[in-house]
Amino acid sequence: MSLLSVENLVVRHGLLQAVRGVSFTVERGERLALVGANGAGKTTLLRAIAGAHQPAAGRVLLDGADLSDVPSHKRVGMGIALVPEGRKLFVQMTVEENLLLGKTAGRPGDWSVDRVLEMFPNLKPRRHARTGHLSGGEQQATAIGRALMSNPDVLLLDEVSLGLSPLIVDRVYDALQGLISSGTTIILVEQDLNRALAVSDRVICMLEGRVALEGSTRDISREDVTKAYFGLHRKSTGSVPA
Amino acid sequence: MSAASTSPVIERGTATSRIAAVAVAVIIALLAIAPQFLSAGAVDRMTALFIYVILAAMWNALAGFGGLVSVGQQVFFGLGAYFAIRLADAGLKPFASLFVSAIVVGVVSVPLSLFMLRLRNGEFAIGMWVIAALTHLLVNLDRLVQGETGTSLISLNVYDAGTRRMTIYWLALASMTALLAMLFGLLRGSTGAAIRAIRDNEDAAASVGVRVTGTKRLLFVLAAFGIGIAGALWLATSITFQPKTYFNVQWTAYMIFMVLVGGIGTFEGAILGALVFFLIETWFGGTGVWYLIGLGATAVLFSLFLPRGLWGTVEERFGLRLLPVGYRVRLPGNPTAPADDGTAPSPRQSTQHQEKA
Repeated sequence: MSLLSVENLVVRHGLLQAVRGVSFTVERGERLALVGANGAGKTTLLRAIAGAHQPAAGRVLLDGADLSDVPSHKRVGMGIALVPEGRKLFVQMTVEENLLLGKTAGRPGDWSVDRVLEMFPNLKPRRHARTGHLSGGEQQATAIGRALMSNPDVLLLDEVSLGLSPLIVDRVYDALQGLISSGTTIILVEQDLNRALAVSDRVICMLEGRVALEGSTRDISREDVTKAYFGLHRKSTGSVPA
Repeated sequence: MSAASTSPVIERGTATSRIAAVAVAVIIALLAIAPQFLSAGAVDRMTALFIYVILAAMWNALAGFGGLVSVGQQVFFGLGAYFAIRLADAGLKPFASLFVSAIVVGVVSVPLSLFMLRLRNGEFAIGMWVIAALTHLLVNLDRLVQGETGTSLISLNVYDAGTRRMTIYWLALASMTALLAMLFGLLRGSTGAAIRAIRDNEDAAASVGVRVTGTKRLLFVLAAFGIGIAGALWLATSITFQPKTYFNVQWTAYMIFMVLVGGIGTFEGAILGALVFFLIETWFGGTGVWYLIGLGATAVLFSLFLPRGLWGTVEERFGLRLLPVGYRVRLPGNPTAPADDGTAPSPRQSTQHQEKA
């Protein structure tokens, strides 16, 4: 059974249909990248999985259990951790305190402050610094670390590189490499195609709320994704994606 | 985690706070018997003080702890008085109608919260004001109220002036005590930690598994209920109900003044602020326009020079906590490392690092 399955999910922002009947599954240990242009519905999809948006139709299953009636604060305890876009830390608290708050979901597991600091060595000297004073990259690492502290089954990473300089993004991804090889199941939203393809097993390209292209990273070329990204595949093949 | 010998101590109550708890009990007992020794005018003034404390504590809970700054809290003050008039007119005993009215206000605030709490920050603040203005107009449509002419809580006339004054005094004292105790219990518990987490960063709170909307709603409804009681009690002391007076934004302005002066986000601060406001009003209330100018100037001076208010400053300087609702980390000989055991829901370094209004 798939760890997470999304079935015909429809999410609306008022009249705007941001996600239009999206379905996919994620296996344990898999890294899925969601790519697509601005407004394609990636963040909305991620937030719907985390429970921050109520879907208008369709459902999300975790280990076969329907999450439709599970409010977002309980989903954290069930093993879905979202690293929100724009990092969102408790800026008055230290790195360590922010990390420890991630533990309050009460899920057993082997993530600890020390292990997170192992994973993100740049945080080590900043352990007792207030997160409001950190650089963007350090903040992003703290936000990811906080989500890991809840020992999630699925980690949802939204726009890790948003607002960070390319150099810092490199560092964050270097650190993520360690996380990726540790076998954590990850769904990540990423604007940068190269990075998305480099860290994922499978990629879904979204276009106007629908899945325009889905496939294993190995089988898909950058050109295919670019075409799907801009909607060019529709003209060339004449087929309408699901 | 860290070695036991240097591990920091998480404390809640301190020796001072235990003394303070006893002092609070003594003060309440003294206040309960005070009417025997006070003049009629003084009893009325004290009743007003209790109502101010309720207003300040409720606005502080909402804005100082929950981050929900509203400039429309007069809507609940006005509705508290209005429903009391309505219920008394329907035949309910006047004193009972005061409290049933507050419950009705609490119930009304639930559907209101469904859409108001979707707004954030400034939108919420102004939106509440719009709701207050709108409710004011709707209440005016009620024939019983006779538009801006208003009406009175006539059924209170069955009691003679002395009994009435005493009863209202005790009801106000009891309401204030009960509401403060409720608030204290709420803010001290895990819900209190959740409330502060939401204030500090709503998205971050959600991502660590805090129930955001439900918690905000609880606080919103509690504040509505408390301010509803205050409005109903105010009606009982002044008898007349004129919508314009009760739905006036000045009530929220007073709440903001009391909380800013006392110390936003500190439990003791709201009470202190109410006391300061009460004294200013008692001494300078007769000077008309200058009184209002003075109030405004005081508020400006406080926000410029003492942004944490009186109690916030005292707490910061001396580490004094009389009614602690937060947690405090005491570090044995290691001043740089605040840490905790990770089991506390929101181990802020108590409330001392707040800057957010």
